[in-house]
Amino acid sequence: MAEAKPKPQDVLDQLNYQPPRCDWMDTPVEIRKGMYCYASNPKSVATLGLPNARPWNPLEDDWKLPENWQQIIHEGFKERLERFRSFKVFMDICVRCGACADKCHYFIGTGDPKNMPVLRAELLRSVYRNDFSRMGKILGKLNGARPMTLNVLKEWWYYLFQCSECRRCSLFCPYGIDTAEITIMGRELLNLLGLNIDWIATPVSNCYMNGNHLGIQPHAFKDMLDFFVDDIEEKTGVRVKPKFMKKGADILFITPSGDVFADPGTYTAMGYLMLFHYLEEKYGLDVTWSTYASEGGNFGFFTSHETMKRLNSKMYAEAKRLKVKWILGGECGHMWRVINQYMDTMNGPADFLDVPVNPITGTRFEQAKSNKMVHITEFTADLIRNGKLDLDQSRNDYLKVTYHDSCNPSRGMGLFDEPRYVIQNVCKHFYEMPPNTIREQTFCCGSGSGLNAGENMELRLAGGLPRGNAVKHVQDSYGVNMLATICAIDRAVLPTLVDYWAPGVQVTGVHELVANALNLPGQNERSTNLRGEELEELKAQAEGNTDE
Amino acid sequence: MNRNYMFAFIAVLVLFLISWVGVSIGLQWIFGVIIPYLAVALFVIGFVRKVLGWSHSAVPFAIPTTGGQAKSFDWIQDSKLDNPSSKLGVFMRLALEVLTFRSLFRNTRMKLKEGKLFYQLEIFLWVGALAFHYAFLTVLLRHTRFFLEPVPLCIQLLETIDSFFRIEIIYPQFQFGLPAVYLSGFVLLAAVLYLAVRRIVIPSVRYISLASDFFPLILIFGIAFSGIMMRYVTKIDINAAKQLTLGLVTFHPTVPEGIGAIFYIHLFFVCTLLAYFPYSKLMHLGGIFLSPTRNMLGNTRAYRHVNPWNSPVHVHTYDEYEEEFREKMVEAGLPVDKPLEATAEQAAEKE
Repeated sequence: MAEAKPKPQDVLDQLNYQPPRCDWMDTPVEIRKGMYCYASNPKSVATLGLPNARPWNPLEDDWKLPENWQQIIHEGFKERLERFRSFKVFMDICVRCGACADKCHYFIGTGDPKNMPVLRAELLRSVYRNDFSRMGKILGKLNGARPMTLNVLKEWWYYLFQCSECRRCSLFCPYGIDTAEITIMGRELLNLLGLNIDWIATPVSNCYMNGNHLGIQPHAFKDMLDFFVDDIEEKTGVRVKPKFMKKGADILFITPSGDVFADPGTYTAMGYLMLFHYLEEKYGLDVTWSTYASEGGNFGFFTSHETMKRLNSKMYAEAKRLKVKWILGGECGHMWRVINQYMDTMNGPADFLDVPVNPITGTRFEQAKSNKMVHITEFTADLIRNGKLDLDQSRNDYLKVTYHDSCNPSRGMGLFDEPRYVIQNVCKHFYEMPPNTIREQTFCCGSGSGLNAGENMELRLAGGLPRGNAVKHVQDSYGVNMLATICAIDRAVLPTLVDYWAPGVQVTGVHELVANALNLPGQNERSTNLRGEELEELKAQAEGNTDE
Repeated sequence: MNRNYMFAFIAVLVLFLISWVGVSIGLQWIFGVIIPYLAVALFVIGFVRKVLGWSHSAVPFAIPTTGGQAKSFDWIQDSKLDNPSSKLGVFMRLALEVLTFRSLFRNTRMKLKEGKLFYQLEIFLWVGALAFHYAFLTVLLRHTRFFLEPVPLCIQLLETIDSFFRIEIIYPQFQFGLPAVYLSGFVLLAAVLYLAVRRIVIPSVRYISLASDFFPLILIFGIAFSGIMMRYVTKIDINAAKQLTLGLVTFHPTVPEGIGAIFYIHLFFVCTLLAYFPYSKLMHLGGIFLSPTRNMLGNTRAYRHVNPWNSPVHVHTYDEYEEEFREKMVEAGLPVDKPLEATAEQAAEKE
């Protein structure tokens, strides 16, 4: 259910970065349609055993909070200050220099001053000063302190769900203050009162019970992959044979469920299937999927550290049960921050797995020697580097590709060159977006951290402005027609976004590009791409475009 | 009129009046001895408590901001500073952060022009901040001459460098430049003025600024201004001043006659800053070293970080999952751990 969208030009014309005259603490929060996500479904909250499951509506005055909610927040705050040095230090040391202010895509897209990272953090800091610092208590508002009231709580809720935890501001902060960390703590506190959004709560509960965010049951998951098998056969003449929960396989493969569900992610999923088929036929590589651990993503990360741990536990548990050697992970954004910075700590040590070695090239993935999980672009880059893939780049010649670095693999992992290496080996035409919008400075798609719902479309489009603008730039300058990315949420949301800000550009996963270039043993003439579009027509179109 | 900077300005004005009146009515002992001791005590205790408080909090996860390519294959160049995989890298990252404000140097300013976004290098804040901190450091080091006898050579050298730029105006009516002009004092004054003015002039920065952001700036302005006045205009008895400061550090406090009120005002400002320091944002001085996004290694998949409180959680096990879906799984041809017949038998046995 999409709301009517304002015209892009109107949005740009109305953007105003002048803050209001009156003090931010005196500007009350107005929860506006199009900017917020619906409240969590009590059933989902109850499934997870999280507090205060009940129906509630953010637009109503009464949020049906427990009577002692202020005490719960205070105690939760205190506990987190002790458990997270990051939180405590970040509460204390901000000097409000303002360097982060215009680094946030939501601020750039909305002009709302409370979307400046510094102010988003001040929403919590103001309460911290009141509750935990003597100076704040004595000086009150002069020292930026204020007591926790219902209005403050509503302001927290509204703005903590207007942050996608992308960490761009943290890169520019002279002290490394990470708003993602502050949002994570803030959302944990809100969850103590049952104040989640449903776009997070229900996927989390689905994932907990059924193994993936979409709640796809095992037989249905297999059906969906079988559907891809038919599709691949139709387009390539080759019937691939995915394996499920095969004990003793070499590798367990886990990818976000979004890619088995919706276009264009499905083509990326087909890409994985084709790659694994090729490697099995050629080199005997044994890769298995699992329906129990059929989710790479982790919306628990957007709920609380504990919820993240509960969902993530399935990866190691399933790898152990199936006695595989190591785990391979698909293209996903926040999934990789969780795997890179949290998984081994939370659910490790993974001493029942081997240090990942690519049996085809002999490469030892030293970078993953403890947590035993390899990113698929690392895996494919290694295969290409060692000449193990039979690639026909020309099937991608009609494409002019640019690459969107997803926030989490960028600023929570540092995965920049592997995907670029893969793309440049399967596509002839590759163009970078401007330097301030890629790599570690990349802009969020505007829908990350569980904000990819339908009802907050205005927020999503606004938050996507900087990315959309950069795509438009390479579209105008070089005729770019394809935006590649390694994130399932990107694949789900960027089509809407580029349609809005840079119409004419399509979105793809990196392994869709790989699969289109990959020659399978026994394939047909491959006259279409995985999307079923005739390559001849696409080529003619592309040449027509360059002639203009 | 902004309430925040007016309040900070008035607060500093009140501090000025307190010390001026205090010294005028002969409270030299209080302002020259008791308050300085009290301020140093508050500073030391507060600083240590704050840092200990931070270090008592756990570091459950390794969450560095990875600002560059991670170490992966030997054919991919990794970013040793922005995504450090060695302790030396972390040390260099932090050192450059502390000494050169490297993250701030990245700063850009976003502009929207005719529907297009531009990101320009914005260097003024970095220049202003660097000038401010280094000028302050130089001034601070120069002041050690008041606490050490004889004055160490390195301090004398620093003074020589600081005063390399000579201006001397010698008229009967107006004299300036004797003693030698120290650049650091004037740079400090200019930088602190810039930092305060930008808080007032740039709308978004004004919006986020609190009274507690203006207060230290105005106070430091007061310190620098009173210091400069003392040195070049309303001269004080410098030997008497040193007698007092030396008395303080040797714990034989004395209050010599006739130092001049401005010295006590200057000292009172400094004492206020010291006492205020640990209870304010000025603690970024210590906090930067403990910031987990900057002081941790990026090789988190290669080496396991241990969480001291790793909370136990409920998980949904595979067995529970299979229990729920076994029939559907078998029907779809998916492998199961317990075949259907076996579970049927078990169920029958139970009955």
